[in-house]
Amino acid sequence: MNPICAVNDFVVKFANVNGSGSASANELFAKAILRMGVPVSPRNIFPSNIQGLPTWYEVRVSGEGWLGRRGGVDLMVAMNPQTWDADVREIEPGGYLVHDSTRALPKSKFRDDVHAIGIPLTEICNRSWTDPRQRQLFKNIMYVGALSVLLDIDVAIIERLLGEQYKGKEKLLDANKQALHLGREYFLHADPSATDRPSTAGLFDKEHFGLRVQHADGVGDRIFVDGNSAAALGCVYGGATVCAWYPITPSSSLAEAFQKYCMKYRVDPGTGANRFAIVQAEDEIASIGMVVGAGWNGARAFTATSGPGISLMTEFIGLAYFAEIPVTIIDVQRGGPSTGMPTRTQQADLVACAYASHGDTKHVLLFPCDPTECFAFSADALDLADRLQTPVFVMTDLDIGMNQRLCAPFTWDDARTYDRGKVMSAAELESGKDFGRYKDVDGDGIPYRTYPGTHPDKGAYFTRGTSRDPYARYSERGPDYVYNMERLLKKFETAKSLVPQPLLRKAAQPTTLGAIHFGSTAPAMDEAIVALERNGVHLDTLRVRAFPFADAVAEFIAAHERVFVVEQNRDAQLRSMLVNEFGIDPARLVPVLHYDGTPITARFITRAIEGRIGVQQPREADKVA
Amino acid sequence: MTWIAKPKLHHPALGCNAIGFTRRDYEGKISTLCAGCGHDSISAAIIHACWELAIEPHRVAKLSGIGCSSKTPDYFLGQSHGFNTVHGRMPSVLTGANLANRDLIYLGVSGDGDSASIGMGQFVHAIRRGVNMVYIVENNGVYGLTKGQFSATADQGSVSKKGVANTDSPIDLVGLAMQLGASFVARGFSGDKQQLVPIIKAAIAHRGAAFIDVISPCVAFNNHAGSTKSYEYVREHNDAVNRLDFIEPRAEIVAEIAPGDVVEVEQHDGSVLRLRKLDASHDPTDRVAAMNYVNAHQAKGEVVTGLLYVDSAAHDLHGHLNTVATPFNTLDATTLCPGAATLDRINASLR
Repeated sequence: MNPICAVNDFVVKFANVNGSGSASANELFAKAILRMGVPVSPRNIFPSNIQGLPTWYEVRVSGEGWLGRRGGVDLMVAMNPQTWDADVREIEPGGYLVHDSTRALPKSKFRDDVHAIGIPLTEICNRSWTDPRQRQLFKNIMYVGALSVLLDIDVAIIERLLGEQYKGKEKLLDANKQALHLGREYFLHADPSATDRPSTAGLFDKEHFGLRVQHADGVGDRIFVDGNSAAALGCVYGGATVCAWYPITPSSSLAEAFQKYCMKYRVDPGTGANRFAIVQAEDEIASIGMVVGAGWNGARAFTATSGPGISLMTEFIGLAYFAEIPVTIIDVQRGGPSTGMPTRTQQADLVACAYASHGDTKHVLLFPCDPTECFAFSADALDLADRLQTPVFVMTDLDIGMNQRLCAPFTWDDARTYDRGKVMSAAELESGKDFGRYKDVDGDGIPYRTYPGTHPDKGAYFTRGTSRDPYARYSERGPDYVYNMERLLKKFETAKSLVPQPLLRKAAQPTTLGAIHFGSTAPAMDEAIVALERNGVHLDTLRVRAFPFADAVAEFIAAHERVFVVEQNRDAQLRSMLVNEFGIDPARLVPVLHYDGTPITARFITRAIEGRIGVQQPREADKVA
Repeated sequence: MTWIAKPKLHHPALGCNAIGFTRRDYEGKISTLCAGCGHDSISAAIIHACWELAIEPHRVAKLSGIGCSSKTPDYFLGQSHGFNTVHGRMPSVLTGANLANRDLIYLGVSGDGDSASIGMGQFVHAIRRGVNMVYIVENNGVYGLTKGQFSATADQGSVSKKGVANTDSPIDLVGLAMQLGASFVARGFSGDKQQLVPIIKAAIAHRGAAFIDVISPCVAFNNHAGSTKSYEYVREHNDAVNRLDFIEPRAEIVAEIAPGDVVEVEQHDGSVLRLRKLDASHDPTDRVAAMNYVNAHQAKGEVVTGLLYVDSAAHDLHGHLNTVATPFNTLDATTLCPGAATLDRINASLR
């Protein structure tokens, strides 16, 4: 089997045991390639566990800049005996297998069409260190060193990255550098006949290794950051002062990042006091309750959670909708239902969030596709929640939230002020302006509110989840209830023009085919469209960025004979919402669904669409995962 | 619901407090509760306490959950913002509201079903966080609004109006609050306004989580023989441990020292709580001793009332979180947003 040969275009996957310290070494590997100007997109595939279970880190290297998962593995670094067989099976024919060759494995454990590269990592580590923890940790840095020789990764860049990471910790820096060079030396002085080298099953001639990284200029000014950090920073910039949360994967790191940024940027320099309050609540019910209370009282507040948290919050979400209180919820989606797949990604909370709570409800959802949009949409959500006086959801997911992604730098306009919405001031009340808390004064469905404590004898009202008249007086009269519910619908209509609008990408030539997608599907979708074009299949695509759907979404569907709706859940939730909201004939919307917990790939989309339009026979991968 | 508009007129001789308000200025809508309901007496005590303290009504935020007790905030302090939240979840909403604006007075009104059953978790955690609030449970041992089911504070063996005996152990919110670290714990009886008003005043002046359990008989569903939350039972078994005089900050203390055992506690705002002890063995400044006292007397079937525990040096949640003195809801982008130049530096650190 001919070895795979590729420059700046391959997939490396590290199979590790979690808790073994591999994460920072793997990240070092990815960042080194990035610093060489070559786009990478790494993804952590990890268990709901702290130590001892399998974990993977998949790095896609793509000079062309594709950031979605490609599918398939060209080089496997197999460090976990538990998953060895499956890991070896996953390698593309002609690919490579880097492994610890300290203990010889039978030939049956290898593949004829995969090139095995053994390094006696354990043996070298045991020779070089005595501390068991160091012996384990430095194995990881050693394989990064070895890979840097195989792939031609600039060692000076790796050393610089280590220097940044261990700034002020010289002893650690030196030990890491030592491990790096031990790994490098193994291949730099490759001499199979050398007597000090152990015999291995997988001695390998570097001449037959076909993967290379070459300096390039493909990164530009882009930044490399995870979506949870980005969303947290967006909340800092957007003026959130109250964060109430309950730990849940994959959203916990968002609240923790908010804490980190606040400690840096939100401490009053004069007094040392905090311009923020973060409460780790007793559960998600209390988290959302605190956000509701803070929003009612005029502070910007948010919570970060995942599907199970949304389930617990639904009663309060209904209250906030009906009592019209600004609330920002960041839902970092994971696999459901129930505990589902806590550490795997999905876009499966759409319906649960869009119509959360009992009774007739509809909520504003924003769909960021990468950390840049996580930052922007989180800040926007705080404005929208105040403007619309309603819950606003930022629907991210584990794939965006917990993986570092190459994306456009964050931007902020210093002229921007916070839109606090329709809040009546003491002066306005004093001047005799009529205040009806639930009265549609401007015809946009959005009423005025007052903050508690504004005026001694004007503007106070009683907030409740029970029905009331436009002046907030308790009422069970049918017409009062209907007026209010109709006004809430009008407000939802107003939201249409305020939320991020969909983005259209026209095909190279006129086509009757379209595709709609959203959120983390974007990078795989972009790549799939180019691949399809190469095969002569042309599709216009529309990336939906918010609910309520803009009219442009209905127009897009109307302008195409068939529209594929690509999403990462079983029940075609976005498609259901499109059918529901627009009354579209379901037959015109073809679902393309990926929901095995791994991020959707360009290969999957390409094959699924080709299969459905009959370009080729549907292949194995076309089946719903 | 209120069908009758309440007249605004008041008797010209009605007294004014230090800021020129009469008691009528602290009233709310006409109560829709049953005639004789203990909750209305508590509302009256709240009105009286706020009037005496000369609080500006609009500087109070009143929050509640769901149930008969939670309806009452509509019946007092009509110029205050009120929030009737969801069942059992008042504490979290109050916590968030308190974080948003530390300058208001937060009054949480709840019931025994709202706090001891569905909202037990929220009650517990708001208390242990030390949210600066007055948390009143109007405790009648029964679900009134759904017509007479037992609540979790109903005593074991007490009999419902339909003749069913309660077999579950009762939850004692006072004992729990002390164990959880509430820095002000009291129990009152809706039938004893003289005792209750100074307790409410002291609780409002207290910084930290102030909890008041008020036994408040339900005339419709829990005021019969066999109930341990009836007017008759509570009157017979009321064991007041002290009588409280609340002395406002800077007020000249002119009263002569009362005979008997007197304890004076000065709170952070300068107010003085003068406790005339009715039982010498109770020390309201010793948490463990107070817990023992209450437990021992409850075991004998007595309903211990009065100011049971106070920690005048307590800190509240804002203190724990070291928040700025300015209310969050008045901060704007100039103080909250780090700005574009900082963002450029953040971008640079992510390359």
